[in-house]
Amino acid sequence: MKTAPATSEPAQARSKLSIKVDDPRPTPAAKAAPVVFDLEQLEIYYGSFRAVRDVTLKIRKNEITAFIGPSGCGKTTVLRSLNRMHDVTPGAHVRGKALFHGIDLYGPNVSATEVRRHIGMVFQKPNPFPKSIYDNVAFGPRVNGVKDRKQLDEIVEKSLRAAALWDEVKDRLQHSALGISGGQQQRLCIARTIAVEPEVVLMDEPCSALDPIATTRIEDLMRALTSRFTIVIVTHNMQQAARVSDRTAFFTVELDAKNDQRTGILVEYDLTSKMFANPSDERTENYLTGRFG
Amino acid sequence: MNQKLHTHREFEAELGQVRDNLLRMSGQVEQMIASSVRAVLEGDIDLARTTIEDDHKVNRLELDTDELCMVILARRQPLGSDLRFITTATKMLTDLERIGDLGVNIAERALAMAGERPAAFATTLARMSELDQTQLREAVDSFVARDPDRAQKVYDRDDEVDKYYGEVVREVQRTIQGDMEFLERGVHVLAVAKFLERIGDHVTNLAELVIFLVRGKDIRHIGKLEG
Repeated sequence: MKTAPATSEPAQARSKLSIKVDDPRPTPAAKAAPVVFDLEQLEIYYGSFRAVRDVTLKIRKNEITAFIGPSGCGKTTVLRSLNRMHDVTPGAHVRGKALFHGIDLYGPNVSATEVRRHIGMVFQKPNPFPKSIYDNVAFGPRVNGVKDRKQLDEIVEKSLRAAALWDEVKDRLQHSALGISGGQQQRLCIARTIAVEPEVVLMDEPCSALDPIATTRIEDLMRALTSRFTIVIVTHNMQQAARVSDRTAFFTVELDAKNDQRTGILVEYDLTSKMFANPSDERTENYLTGRFG
Repeated sequence: MNQKLHTHREFEAELGQVRDNLLRMSGQVEQMIASSVRAVLEGDIDLARTTIEDDHKVNRLELDTDELCMVILARRQPLGSDLRFITTATKMLTDLERIGDLGVNIAERALAMAGERPAAFATTLARMSELDQTQLREAVDSFVARDPDRAQKVYDRDDEVDKYYGEVVREVQRTIQGDMEFLERGVHVLAVAKFLERIGDHVTNLAELVIFLVRGKDIRHIGKLEG
């Protein structure tokens, strides 16, 4: 509000719109954390079909980055490229730059197994192994050569605690993982992922099969996990992206009428607080406000 | 700014309802400024009373629209420009309601003056009133048209209202110095001028909000936040 004049307030005291009005108070996320992933002009192909193009963004350490956008926009495709999940799809390949701490994820001397040790993944549908709760969490460490029972016990407890599941399952660690609820199963999968101490956890719509209470638990857990991990999440739920993430990337799908092909593109990438209140691109604005077509 | 229609038609209708209510409220308070100042200038006690009674219509619209905005926030969880629209609307409601209250304050001064007229100050007060009404109309039109340039003009023109107020203050001081009989009336005239000046400030708030709504840039308190 402009204040009342003391009969002659100097007119020049009024700042005009030309003044830069960026918020001078940086949010914690605005402090530039180290870059974990550096993608530049990334393109992902299935055979000759280019599924995604022009993805240039930096994902920062200990932050939650959300990928949002309509179906077919390539957000899951990009997520899966971050730990080389496409390697198992015949014909799938990437072009452009996909660096993890400056190392080319698709470099000739880089093994997919090694990549996945550093970059874990949690899937849409909870997919515990048909084993005991304990064996699910101990699975990764055992594959990595940990045999000592005491050490395994510690890893299992630490991981289940970090996944906010310990109190609920500590008395039935030898029970089947398939006997717990969907929300618990998803937290178990998160515990299994972090048991091998990855640096990054990728999450592909981790709450879409869960009820609102289980969803809140996972979201709460994600925030807690950022002290140790960098998280990238794909979600269809815009409110979820708004609630949990520090930065948001909005992807959309472009139709090439000539060859009737749809390609996913990155439209806008910014701090979540900015994206959801005041996006720069009209396509983001229309998507967020539900103005389609 | 051209806005595509919402895919969700019910949501679109709710946003339209908020817009309509704000327009009705602004029309109502504009009329209150006009009639309250006329009551002062013409010493019309009946008009002053009617103006005071009319304030409940503004209050009712404020409450209804506030509730509607709350429901929209809870049910639709708006984002982007819709989010800015709703938060802007709730703030505009407050300013419009305050303008209505200031209209009541002016009408109360007309009652206190008990039919006595403000003499030589009538012209300046009438100009202030007209300027406030024009500015209010422009601010609300800029909101409907989502036109930040028009809002910017309203913002810049607030200096004129302030200038008139300064003139009234100096002139009343001078008149009282020469004629102590004028003291009581002078106090009322000063109050009316102050209320009209305050209305100008609230209109400026509306303009600032429109600029935020469209450009997403907050121009409130620029350069005045640091110690």
